[in-house]
Amino acid sequence: GGSVPIADEVIVSIQKLNTIHNLDETSGILKCDAGVILQDLQQYTMKRNFMVPVDLGAKGSCLIGGNVSTNAGGQYLYRHGSLHANVLGLEVVLPDGTILDLLSSVNLKDNTGYDLKQLFIGAEGTLGIITKVALHCPRLPQERNVAFVACQDYKSVQQLLIMAKDVLGEVLAAFELMDQGILNLVQQDMKIPISMETTTSINTKNENYPFCVLIETQGSNKQHDMEKMEEFLEKAMSSEICIDGVLSQDLTQVHKMWDVRDSCGPVVKSTGYLYKYDISIPIGDFEDIALEMRDRLGQSHPSAIVVSWGHIVDGNLHLNITTPGIFEEDPSLTKRIEPYIFESVIRRGGSISAEHGLGQCKNSYLTIAKDPKALNIMKSIRTMFDPHGIMNPGKYLPDDHRLANHNGTL
Amino acid sequence: IFQKMKILVGVKRVVDYAVRVRVANNTIDLSNIKMSLNPFCEIAVEQAVRMKESKMASEVIAVNIGPAKGGTETLRTALAMGCDRGIHITTEQRTDFLEVQPRTVSQIFKSLVDEEEPSLVLLGKQGIDSDCGQVGPMLAGLLNWPQVTFAASLEQGDDGDSTLKLDRETDSGTEQLQVQLPSVVTCDLRLNEPRYATLPNIMKAKKKKVDVRDISTFGDAGVDLEPHLQVLEITEPPSRQAGIVVQDVDELVSKLKDEAKVI
Repeated sequence: GGSVPIADEVIVSIQKLNTIHNLDETSGILKCDAGVILQDLQQYTMKRNFMVPVDLGAKGSCLIGGNVSTNAGGQYLYRHGSLHANVLGLEVVLPDGTILDLLSSVNLKDNTGYDLKQLFIGAEGTLGIITKVALHCPRLPQERNVAFVACQDYKSVQQLLIMAKDVLGEVLAAFELMDQGILNLVQQDMKIPISMETTTSINTKNENYPFCVLIETQGSNKQHDMEKMEEFLEKAMSSEICIDGVLSQDLTQVHKMWDVRDSCGPVVKSTGYLYKYDISIPIGDFEDIALEMRDRLGQSHPSAIVVSWGHIVDGNLHLNITTPGIFEEDPSLTKRIEPYIFESVIRRGGSISAEHGLGQCKNSYLTIAKDPKALNIMKSIRTMFDPHGIMNPGKYLPDDHRLANHNGTL
Repeated sequence: IFQKMKILVGVKRVVDYAVRVRVANNTIDLSNIKMSLNPFCEIAVEQAVRMKESKMASEVIAVNIGPAKGGTETLRTALAMGCDRGIHITTEQRTDFLEVQPRTVSQIFKSLVDEEEPSLVLLGKQGIDSDCGQVGPMLAGLLNWPQVTFAASLEQGDDGDSTLKLDRETDSGTEQLQVQLPSVVTCDLRLNEPRYATLPNIMKAKKKKVDVRDISTFGDAGVDLEPHLQVLEITEPPSRQAGIVVQDVDELVSKLKDEAKVI
């Protein structure tokens, strides 16, 4: 709820600041206004054989300035790095009206002073409004291959991830997990590329595998990438780390496999009221936390279902809970989930918001998620930039009174 | 006849359906562009493999006319989907109509039909590069076989096991036909949804036999390899102009009148 007003705030839209300035083809540095739609930026760079290093399902409507303000992650973060790495410069309008120019002389390497732009990346508009962005763009990969594979248990999924990093090496671009629960939901909308055929004496039915993984390689040489992908899949199948799978033969199949992954969010949202959690935890804990929540809710709210998917290569899990057919929030269910789930994440050494940010839904939990000394420094920084508290008030950091009375619990 | 039926399937290598085609120097620019199996040929392969799985056929042979490296990749896709073996006719000439044209392709296929004696030739209804749709009908003519183009469904016919019953899509509706084998059938979109290549089948495909021959061997045997149609000019269609948002009805009316000239 970062961009949703709480009271009588003025909503500022920068969508009219939408000029793409230029792309230097030797360095890959792209300069544009912050109001350019991500998809438009992608098409501009694609025509010139470059790619924008961030990609999201909302590409048709989200603005690059918003992506920077929220430090958007997406499915290629492992390969191309986060916006903290790829943003080379910004122009920001500060709360007092100062135009901060961190962009007119932009370089790939610049170690002159504190790297101020990093503060604004992911600040969710609390320190200023980003008006221009300079991004480093990698060359467009000539070759994309996607494999959609199945694992019989979570241990195999982890082994598959290590094998992918070893065998695919530098061409590994994405490694996305989907559990049986989410596959069952997505299947109502579209065909899953692989499933278990269980034959009984009466009939044959198709069941989804316990875990499916989407693996993408991106590279500059078709033969090289194909060889690596086939070597990896052969190794994975023969060691039974992977028990089934298909490999894309053309771009249409690449898109169709990604459609399955991309529809996870929309499908669960249309199933019932959505309780969504975007967490970072040790990769070994992914299955465990889903089982923990299933177990906890199984006793108190048996109609709720827990499904999960995510950017497993980044240690980022999207844990979603929904009440199929019921589209109103059940406050008793929310209470049963929160803050229990956040406490479980913190106990495991994780982050309560891996990429979705804080907004107004998770900011109050920062008091248990972060060291109070760190929180106080964050508050000082916010006060320094915005002494009158005009920028996105009530969001991002916990409200003052909570901070003052903090004693380690809510 | 079905138990021993051989099927010959054409598999063409074309610019990938999802890729934007570039025109440069009065030709289609194929440099660094992604190439894949023609979607209609993919449907033909799927149909052939299903017929084998349902015991309507015993052997499926995939045929490609294409460059040394690229043609093998296309055949590997067909083999991974379930074809038994492949025939790769190598040529470095352009197979997107500019150099190797439907007349030549049809004559090559006739030659292969004489050699392999299949009861059914399954082809895509057209290549998405040339949009000709001519090989199916031309081949049927050369063979003096019945043809069914734009097949939307295919099953065993009512008159014994040497006939097929098909639905054929036309602009004015769907026809239901029965045809006596041997026959040429070209496949349309509604016929089936092609399978993905599974990992076990991709591995198996590596061991399947591909017979490689140079296109010149067909020339020596009397096939006319020359293109008889010359492409004079290739241009891109006019690019779509961006829409504009008008401020009010007056501006809309004036733009429709003065710029679009439709009122």
